[in-house]
Amino acid sequence: MSKIVKKVKERLRDFRRPGYYKEFEYNWTMVIDLDKCNGCEACVVACHAENNLPIVGKDECSKSRAFNWIRIERYVEGEFPNVKVKFIPIMCQHCNSAPCELGCPVYATYHNQDGLNVQVYNRCVGTFTCATYCPYDVRRFNWFTYKWPEPLDQQLNPDVTVREMGVMEKCTFCIQRIRVAKDRAKDENRKVRDGEVVPACVQSCPTGALVFGDRNDPKSRVAKLAKSPRRFRLLEGLNTDPSVIYLKRVMKKSGSKKHGEHG
Amino acid sequence: MANKITYREINQDIIGFMTNTGIWYYIVLGFMALGALALFFAPWAYQIYTGQGVTGLNVPIFWGVYLVNFVFWVGVAHAGTLISAMLFITKTPWRRSIARGAETMTFFALILVTLFIFIHMGRPWNFYWSFPYPNQRLLWTNFQSPLMFDVFAIGTYFTSSAIFLYFGMIPDLAALKHHTTGWRKWLYTTLSLGWRGTDRQWHVQGKATMFFSSFIMPLVVSVHSIVSWDFALSVVPGYSKTIFAPYFVTGALLSGFAGVVLMLTLLRWFFPFVRKYVTEYHYDSIGKMILLLSLVWSYCTIMEILTGLYANTSEEMESLKYKILTDPYMQLFALMMFSNTILPLVLMIKKVRITPVIMFFICIFVMVGMWLERYLIIPNALSRKFLPWMWYDYFPSWVELSITAGAFMFFIAMFMASIKIFPVFSLFELKEDAGIPMEKPHGEG
Repeated sequence: MSKIVKKVKERLRDFRRPGYYKEFEYNWTMVIDLDKCNGCEACVVACHAENNLPIVGKDECSKSRAFNWIRIERYVEGEFPNVKVKFIPIMCQHCNSAPCELGCPVYATYHNQDGLNVQVYNRCVGTFTCATYCPYDVRRFNWFTYKWPEPLDQQLNPDVTVREMGVMEKCTFCIQRIRVAKDRAKDENRKVRDGEVVPACVQSCPTGALVFGDRNDPKSRVAKLAKSPRRFRLLEGLNTDPSVIYLKRVMKKSGSKKHGEHG
Repeated sequence: MANKITYREINQDIIGFMTNTGIWYYIVLGFMALGALALFFAPWAYQIYTGQGVTGLNVPIFWGVYLVNFVFWVGVAHAGTLISAMLFITKTPWRRSIARGAETMTFFALILVTLFIFIHMGRPWNFYWSFPYPNQRLLWTNFQSPLMFDVFAIGTYFTSSAIFLYFGMIPDLAALKHHTTGWRKWLYTTLSLGWRGTDRQWHVQGKATMFFSSFIMPLVVSVHSIVSWDFALSVVPGYSKTIFAPYFVTGALLSGFAGVVLMLTLLRWFFPFVRKYVTEYHYDSIGKMILLLSLVWSYCTIMEILTGLYANTSEEMESLKYKILTDPYMQLFALMMFSNTILPLVLMIKKVRITPVIMFFICIFVMVGMWLERYLIIPNALSRKFLPWMWYDYFPSWVELSITAGAFMFFIAMFMASIKIFPVFSLFELKEDAGIPMEKPHGEG
């Protein structure tokens, strides 16, 4: 009897949360070592090239409509002689309990079997709810149907769709590359190897600050780095359970000459 | 007030109002309709063609004036339900002569609510995707989403208030068909569904009104609570407040009653016969209602700020500081507090409550204050979210402002056209008020 009840409960849970998986096949995670990041913004440029992001121009940027899926946030602390500049790359955190997924009325944004927070452009009706609910402000909206002037339209990535106006979008962890790696792994009847999937930002990072991989595999680099005592996640108090793990920058404490202090 | 109103007089007043239309009425109606076309529909068409980029929205502030208007018009729609349903069940005497007008307002405000949802969408041509209809690709809607709750809440509210409005009108339409000719006679005959006024029909009609009233009554509370959950269910500092549901419901009723006063006062000014049916007694009662709602609203506003201060998290403080202490919003906040909390306090004086002119101006202030309340919540909270790098300010573009103004003209045009075709006062309820024979002072039946 209790078996039946349990089964019914399980089925009900599946019915209530379609698209949500109890176990993820992969748990794609990015580790960002802030100690290695030098803020060169190569990741931003690589992302633009890979994911067909439009270049919106000066006017739109001045209206705070700059179009990047990854950005380097800079914060300046202190007065002039003792100035400390901190920067942090921020992209979609692929939260495992994401506020944006709650908001979308049509399931245009949902959690897929890899633990990724994905956006279905074709399904999006543009209610802005996901972007409003997002505490990290990483979602970007197609305010217009952006055009690529000749001959820039020739360099569009054929693996990625070009979005029309009225559609929300955001970092996908380069899902097209994940798909290619998974297809190849399936053909060879194995799981995706560590380091086989390299998103554009990770590929372009000159200092190797960004590491991408599957945290379900305990031998992967990200799984090891994720155990670092320097780890933290952005706005962890909101309980969004992000998939992006930051490693804290170790700085000299201002005023003292001791090394190795957390700054 | 002791004047006796006969049934014949009521019939003549209402039917005369509906059939005899002066040239100025047509001119104003035409002006409003053209204004709606030029200020509401033309900019909307431009926006659909060009993209949401023509608005002032930007990256952290994705919800702007359109959502403010959406919440505002849901609020205006609220008094209709309260007057027609809740006051019907409690058998409040002053509802009879104002109920139909308030219900008509509800209906047209809800049309604007629906339109504002579509205006605010990025791809409004795909609006039907938000309905859970069976389809070959097994696409389904997200029942966890507060926007999905909205679809059902507003859908239910729209359907039930339209049915309620029509149902209450059937005896009137049957009465009207005997006094009109031409297309009107045909229309009223068709719509009155063979009403003859037999005892059985009245009995069924009374039962049905009671049933619909009980059905609609929970909607007074639920619809605006659900609208408030659009905001309260997020994690954004200025949105995520548990007080939002009662706060929004009170605010909605406050602006709804203010809207009813504006509508009744304008009717009284331009059509003197209305003064017989909407008397000082009605102003007195609505005035007390507005005073009560304003006090509850003020309590909620203060509580909202106090809980924010008590939480004392940096993001909450930043959000409050932006709303209350930053330059343009400080003045707007002060204006809101003046018009929704301080000004309605004069309604404690009976002389004020029964003077339509003063009531009219107080209610204009209340309407402005309630619009500002939504403005100070919706785009303002988004201006100060968690990461300071993304902080930005918002100012509506001309498209948004024009659509906001056009919405009012569209509402007035729809209302003006409607009250010439369907009675804005309920004939049979006015006759109930008049009594047989008329002995009681008017309005206390």
